[in-house]
Amino acid sequence: MGISYFPHTEEDIQSMLQRIGMKSLDDLYSDVPKDFVYNEEYSLPSEMSEIEVRRKFEELQNKNSRLTVFCGCGAYDHYSPAVIPALISRSEYLTAYTPYQAEISQGTLRYIFEFQSMICELTGLECTNASMYDGATSAAESMMMMMAATKKKTRVLVSDTLLDQVKKVIGTYAKWHGVELFHIPAKDGVTDLDILSAEVAKGDVAGAILPSINKYGIVENLSGVADQLHAQKGLLSIYCDPSALAVVKTPGEYNADIACGDGQTLGIPMCYGGPYVGFLSCKKDLVRKLPGRIVGATTDVDGKRAFVLTLQAREQHIRREKANSNICSNQSLMALYVTIYMSLMGKQGMKDVNELSYGGAHYLYKELLATGKFKAVFDKPFLKEFVLSTTLPVADLQKQLLDKGIFGALQTEEGYVSFCVTEQRTKEEIDSLIEIVKSM
Amino acid sequence: MAKTIDGLYYSESHEWVKVVDGVGYVGITDHAQQAMGNIVYVDMPDVDDDVEQGEEFGAVESVKAASDLISPITGTVVEINEDLGDAPELINKDAYDTWIIKVNMSDDSELGKLMNAADYAKFCENEEH
Amino acid sequence: MKYYDKLIFELSKKGRRGFTLPKNHWADKTSEMPKELLRGEDAELPEVSELDVVRHYTNLSNMNFGVDTGFYPLGSCTMKYNPKINEEIAALPGFNHLHPLQPDETVQGALEVYYNLNQSLAAITGMSEFTFNPFAGAHGELTGLMTMRRYHEMRGDDKRVKVIVPDSAHGTNPASAAVCGLEVVEVKSTPQGTIDIESLRPLLDDTIAGIMMTNPNTLGLFETEIKEIAELVHGCGGLLYYDGANFNPLLGKVRPGDMGFDIMHLNLHKTFSTPHGGGGPGSGPVGVAKHLADYLPNPKVRKGNDGLFHVIHNEEATGCVSAFMGNFGVLLKAYTYILMLGKENVRLVGPLATLNANYIKECLKDSYKLPIPTVCKHEFVFDGLLDKFTGVTTLDVAKRLLDYGFHAPTIYFPLLFHQAIMIEPTETESKETIDSFIDIMHKIAEEAISEPDTLRNAPHNTPVRRLDETTAAKHPLLNYRELLQS
Repeated sequence: MGISYFPHTEEDIQSMLQRIGMKSLDDLYSDVPKDFVYNEEYSLPSEMSEIEVRRKFEELQNKNSRLTVFCGCGAYDHYSPAVIPALISRSEYLTAYTPYQAEISQGTLRYIFEFQSMICELTGLECTNASMYDGATSAAESMMMMMAATKKKTRVLVSDTLLDQVKKVIGTYAKWHGVELFHIPAKDGVTDLDILSAEVAKGDVAGAILPSINKYGIVENLSGVADQLHAQKGLLSIYCDPSALAVVKTPGEYNADIACGDGQTLGIPMCYGGPYVGFLSCKKDLVRKLPGRIVGATTDVDGKRAFVLTLQAREQHIRREKANSNICSNQSLMALYVTIYMSLMGKQGMKDVNELSYGGAHYLYKELLATGKFKAVFDKPFLKEFVLSTTLPVADLQKQLLDKGIFGALQTEEGYVSFCVTEQRTKEEIDSLIEIVKSM
Repeated sequence: MAKTIDGLYYSESHEWVKVVDGVGYVGITDHAQQAMGNIVYVDMPDVDDDVEQGEEFGAVESVKAASDLISPITGTVVEINEDLGDAPELINKDAYDTWIIKVNMSDDSELGKLMNAADYAKFCENEEH
Repeated sequence: MKYYDKLIFELSKKGRRGFTLPKNHWADKTSEMPKELLRGEDAELPEVSELDVVRHYTNLSNMNFGVDTGFYPLGSCTMKYNPKINEEIAALPGFNHLHPLQPDETVQGALEVYYNLNQSLAAITGMSEFTFNPFAGAHGELTGLMTMRRYHEMRGDDKRVKVIVPDSAHGTNPASAAVCGLEVVEVKSTPQGTIDIESLRPLLDDTIAGIMMTNPNTLGLFETEIKEIAELVHGCGGLLYYDGANFNPLLGKVRPGDMGFDIMHLNLHKTFSTPHGGGGPGSGPVGVAKHLADYLPNPKVRKGNDGLFHVIHNEEATGCVSAFMGNFGVLLKAYTYILMLGKENVRLVGPLATLNANYIKECLKDSYKLPIPTVCKHEFVFDGLLDKFTGVTTLDVAKRLLDYGFHAPTIYFPLLFHQAIMIEPTETESKETIDSFIDIMHKIAEEAISEPDTLRNAPHNTPVRRLDETTAAKHPLLNYRELLQS
């Protein structure tokens, strides 16, 4: 056989065929109707050696531009410490399946337990599952959780200040699942809480999905929202950036019932949109409605501390069409990725990352305004991302930046331009961006 | 062998009803608890919820299985068994002494559609074959 | 494998740091923000050194078992070898550093991978176009069903609210249908394990959106009457959905598009050698026949007349199922695998996987009960040990295998047999490995008679032994704080 992935020698094949009473590999498909056996040549390239494959991908990657990123909008250029790729490439993690056989999966089960614990610390809620696909789908799953937990309610409120891609995914799930959405408009760059109150008062609201930090980068003040919802037996789900939760008010402090969001900000490379890791946390009384896998602590027959997938009777392989969600595989290895990140950064480092991003973002904000070519749109607190209006032609601005290897000034639906600064951006990089703006 | 008790009404989905002063006490049968194994959780409705004969009102869970609870009677839930929150194993200990919900029944004639102990025992036996 | 008891929190010591950030010279501090927007108390994250972290996660990994550790015959999971070159390609900085909203002209290499992989999978499956936006197999099922519903909706056919699912289907099929707002109608299997056409016929009317099928099915059997099933379902106006969880035996041999399927998903983490990662990240691309291509979710990649690749959104699409374009890093791995195989070797995958499965089945049927004796595809199901008098269960057999250094097969699925043991060896395992597995399975069958208690108490040599799952479920301890307080 030509390729290293198949260990069979011709002799092996013959002796195995003989053992099962067959003459050729084709006999193994005697049950397949003849017209379905594909005998034509596949329209694929010819086999390549590893050397050729590597060369091909090096050519392909050179067709991409490596840019200095001043853009957020749901994917952030945070640094990934060298320790992480070294550890997650260990094949005991990489090549394992979902930890169904707990006796030989304690490595996976323990890091999931640690992941759950750390996300609980950040969100201030009591329960977290083993991970979701991404932030957008975790928000959509929170919608389904709220519908399942509040049986007689029919509507879910969704803030217009959520990231556009998150709203689109929520909208798609809602449409097919059969959930009526009400979009709460923005007022001065934040969720219009007066409209929210009026809608909640109608009594038919299962819950609301609101951002902690919104699509304009503004840190929203959600005080009092949970009480209003709870008074009408509705629930509150807050979409958040887990990295920012090291400094900003937590869903737990807002008395929210659910927290959802994307863990990409915890050091995961942008990698053209994935793999990232979604997370979903909730209060303990909602844990049976929490989708996906959950790890719990227990002991083995010898009394040793051990960890195991638990509360499985909620899940699709047992409940089938009655399960609250169809999720099984999630983003386990990426949960390990961010668990190692949070361990390395620790209590202080997680705050320091935010300070660096905050400081850099505010420096850029002020310098852009100082050029006279930008105007503030909202006078609201932000962390690492903000929008401005500009007198410059946006397409031209973007092109000038791109020509100098900078990706930024992404235009929002409303015509504002958006910028983001992480701890990776230096003063020199920001100054060179400013110089380009000044030269225009 | 699973136990049955005279005087109760039984459904094909393995729930029992005991009627005391127009209130129906609803639980699962000994046969059902044996089939489930160690019960780890009981999902119950809220007080004042309406239940309907033949409709789901909750679920019981073991480690590797879950089974819907189907109401044998129609009415309004007046009480749920709060003890089951901390000790769902009470059902395993004595399925007939452990009611799950109490229902203010709206239609006594529904009881006629349920089985008595002897018929239910026979029903279980047939189901196993 | 060695037991190691620590959690990272237990290594924590106040003031210790695991990473050094640049010095902060900025003037602005987060403390400028209004206090009501800031968190009150710090998150209790660990305070550990870099070496603490490295040792901890290395020690944890030693309690894990992967495909690289040993034989992993987990049925329906296709635990084939994950080539190392895949990982290096996916880590190339020229892909890794791309922001998902970068302009098309700056990501032509990434889009070319997306486009070429799309063409390759279309050639392999006989479908017209794929979306890579779904993150996993179940997500692919949901996306496929959303695409199916969109097709009916665009035709103004709003009565089709039911989907047919065989009783042998993976649990995700009915669960995905429910999430998609479809009512599940179950169709029975014949005693031979395939769909019972006579039970199917009366279910077909103008309320049926489609049927979800796994072929070969979860018993590893090819649905030989697929042609008639396709005609019947299409005849009533429904679509055929192909669950690609079991596509591996057909890779290089049979194309779902040729069998009449309109929509399908693949699991790149099964069939196309990308690692399972302990439960993801996977990728569940959805492919459709030409007349459904517009309904695939946004965004999509198209090749323009200018020869460049473009990210596009179209209004006919069923919506969006992910924030960006799925697990791009996983696509790089799958494309690497396809390039390494090439059109020549792709032909061998299915046949060798099928050979390995049939060989194990024949060699073990003298000790294990084989309910369906016909030729299988990539996997097959035993109904426990042949000798039922020992009382040794499938669980005991599975746990004993761990002692001998093998991963257990899938157990108690499919639900059609009470003591199901579902074995899938994949094509990357050698005859020697398989023979040693067969020897051990025979030995376990003997132990069931000679020393049943050894099996009932197995495993004995693993880092931990059987766990108390009842207490875990009854009194859940789901994070470190709760564990401390317990």
